[in-house]
Amino acid sequence: MRTHADLTSPIETGPAISPLKPGLTMGSLEAAGQWTLIWHKFVRNKLAVASGILIVIFFLIGLFAEFLAPGLPGTSRPQYTYAPPQTIGLFIEDAAGNRTFQPHVKGYSIEIDPVALRRTFVVDDEAIVPIAFFVGGASYRMWGLFEMDLHLIGPVNPSDPMYLLGTDRLGRDLLSRLIYGTRVSMSIGLIGVIFSLCLGVTLGSLAGFYGGWVDSAVQRTIEVISSMPTIPLWLGLAAAIPLAWSPLQVYFVITLIVSLFGWTGLAREVRGRFYALRGEDFVTAARLDGSSERRLIFCHILPSLTSHILAVVTLAVPTMIVAETALSFLGIGLKAPVVSWGVLLQEAQNVRTIATAPWLLAWPAGAVIVVVLAYNFLGDGMRDAADPYES
Amino acid sequence: MLRYVIKRVLYMIPTLFGISLIAFLIIQLPPGDYVTSMVASMQDSGRAIDPAEIARLRTLYGFDDPFYVQYWKWMSGILFRGDFGHSFEWNRPVADLIWERMGSTLGLSLAALLFVWAVALPIGIYSAVRRHSVGDYFFTFLGFIGLAIPNFILALTLMYVSYRYLGQSVGGLFSPQYVDAPWSWDKFVDLLAHVWIPIVVIGTAGTAGLIRILRANLSDELNKPYVITAKAKGLPEHKVVLKYPVRIALNPFVSAIGWVLPELISGVTITAIVLNLPTAGPLLLRALVSQDMYLAGSFILLMGVLTLIGMLVSDILLALLDPRIRYR
Repeated sequence: MRTHADLTSPIETGPAISPLKPGLTMGSLEAAGQWTLIWHKFVRNKLAVASGILIVIFFLIGLFAEFLAPGLPGTSRPQYTYAPPQTIGLFIEDAAGNRTFQPHVKGYSIEIDPVALRRTFVVDDEAIVPIAFFVGGASYRMWGLFEMDLHLIGPVNPSDPMYLLGTDRLGRDLLSRLIYGTRVSMSIGLIGVIFSLCLGVTLGSLAGFYGGWVDSAVQRTIEVISSMPTIPLWLGLAAAIPLAWSPLQVYFVITLIVSLFGWTGLAREVRGRFYALRGEDFVTAARLDGSSERRLIFCHILPSLTSHILAVVTLAVPTMIVAETALSFLGIGLKAPVVSWGVLLQEAQNVRTIATAPWLLAWPAGAVIVVVLAYNFLGDGMRDAADPYES
Repeated sequence: MLRYVIKRVLYMIPTLFGISLIAFLIIQLPPGDYVTSMVASMQDSGRAIDPAEIARLRTLYGFDDPFYVQYWKWMSGILFRGDFGHSFEWNRPVADLIWERMGSTLGLSLAALLFVWAVALPIGIYSAVRRHSVGDYFFTFLGFIGLAIPNFILALTLMYVSYRYLGQSVGGLFSPQYVDAPWSWDKFVDLLAHVWIPIVVIGTAGTAGLIRILRANLSDELNKPYVITAKAKGLPEHKVVLKYPVRIALNPFVSAIGWVLPELISGVTITAIVLNLPTAGPLLLRALVSQDMYLAGSFILLMGVLTLIGMLVSDILLALLDPRIRYR
């Protein structure tokens, strides 16, 4: 019969079961899943990819801080206070003019200003400090687990000065401190965002899913929190931390404070999307199928938001990093034995210090700015890629 | 319109309540209270203190009352008598200390807001009209940098630059010789020479954000059919752009007061601490460090109230500007 033949005709069933065209493999875009599409769209944004790689590098620096740092962050050598940064030279020229390959930095000699009686360091061209990769130096416990003394780069003779980024007020190596600070600052951003992810997703999805008074309560809370100027509030909460607490406790409380105000943006985003999605067909279908509300929220609606949530979360990280930096800079965040970028910036608090040792401001500030920029670019790229079906 | 305003004001009340609770929580948060720390410091200096005197002080300040009683005492004092409590460190009523500081905070925030508007408007229009031009990329890049640099780092950098290359005394709002001098033209000029650093520092992030929003809104608007019609009818370009699309894209400028203001006040706080300006920031930090909690809590409360009022003003202006909001 004609009608039966019609049912199997290519026009009717075309889109659903059409065999792959010759030359197309299963991995190609037409047959790709959502995440493959997102990935393709993301990869096209070169800036975002580069930023992502940069952030991974920063995390690796934080992870292997002990090995990468040439020294320990707390070692101070009073004879080298405010020593300026050294540059690495690759070749040594001897008296006869022969150039031999030997990576080195120039040592310092001290000149005393006859009027102000102030010590200034000048680079001493005669004092050559040979440096090398994988040298033994100050010993440390790698991840607190086992003893090691291998450093990626360092002076061949451990007692020679090698300060690639200069030193601070107490003659501590800025490069080592910056590397150890990377661990603390990067992890605060990550842990803080996990806290606010839990809070934001839970409250946002409840508000968007149930609506009604739950929604209004959450909305009002968000409104109160986001209408408070953040810095005075952080100051107020951080100032309440007892001085006697251990650095680890302070670290967690600071992370908590920082994340306490970062979740509002996320909650708003999740709420809006839930609001839009809860009337969708697939939600109704799941509901009719007998899914419980918890199953609806966590197994049906939330997974379809994952890419958006990832993007918002990425954009929230820089705020946390800046918050920690600002608090520590003001002296009511993380404190001395702990090293973070904010603690480092505390050394550069007045203009006279910055004038003597500009590197104390430049390097930690540079690190903060680069990481914040990279997170922003990465987040923008992820947000653009989050919905691969758009345009 | 009146209905809208009244509704909007009523809406503010729960938020105000929330803010006052947070401020009071901050007052209560530090362990111990002022009397305990006073007793400790007096014992350190070897003076014995009468237990009856301690008890008298504690009841005087109501430290033994439950949370809600203390909260009610504090709030009712503010609402009915304008009494913000007592600053233990300065031994003066808090109200005497805060108003002048809040005034300069507000003044500086408003100046920064004007700066944000004045800079963001021309650049935003330029970037939207000449999209993907060299200038657009330049400003986009600058905007990203502006968003990424934390206030206090920018303040430190500008301080260094002006100390090193302009040979200017930095910090404060005046050179030392003008601080106590009566107002004169020279003093005004001196103020201008100092005040640009905090204004630029505080306004940069907001400017960058507003340029991005204006650029996006205006680009959308420029693609609409009525713009094409206007162009087709032969209107000169500046007229096409300025007459209608810019006016519509201006909405974010007004609504910006709402989200830029908390940012500005927040920025004023930390910038003022770095640059040592006579605003609320340094006093707040000092009060927090010495646990002079009524002073600190009052500052936090007032800063929250200030932003709320800013949001209210922005919503009302927006409703005046755009009837679609009024009648929703």
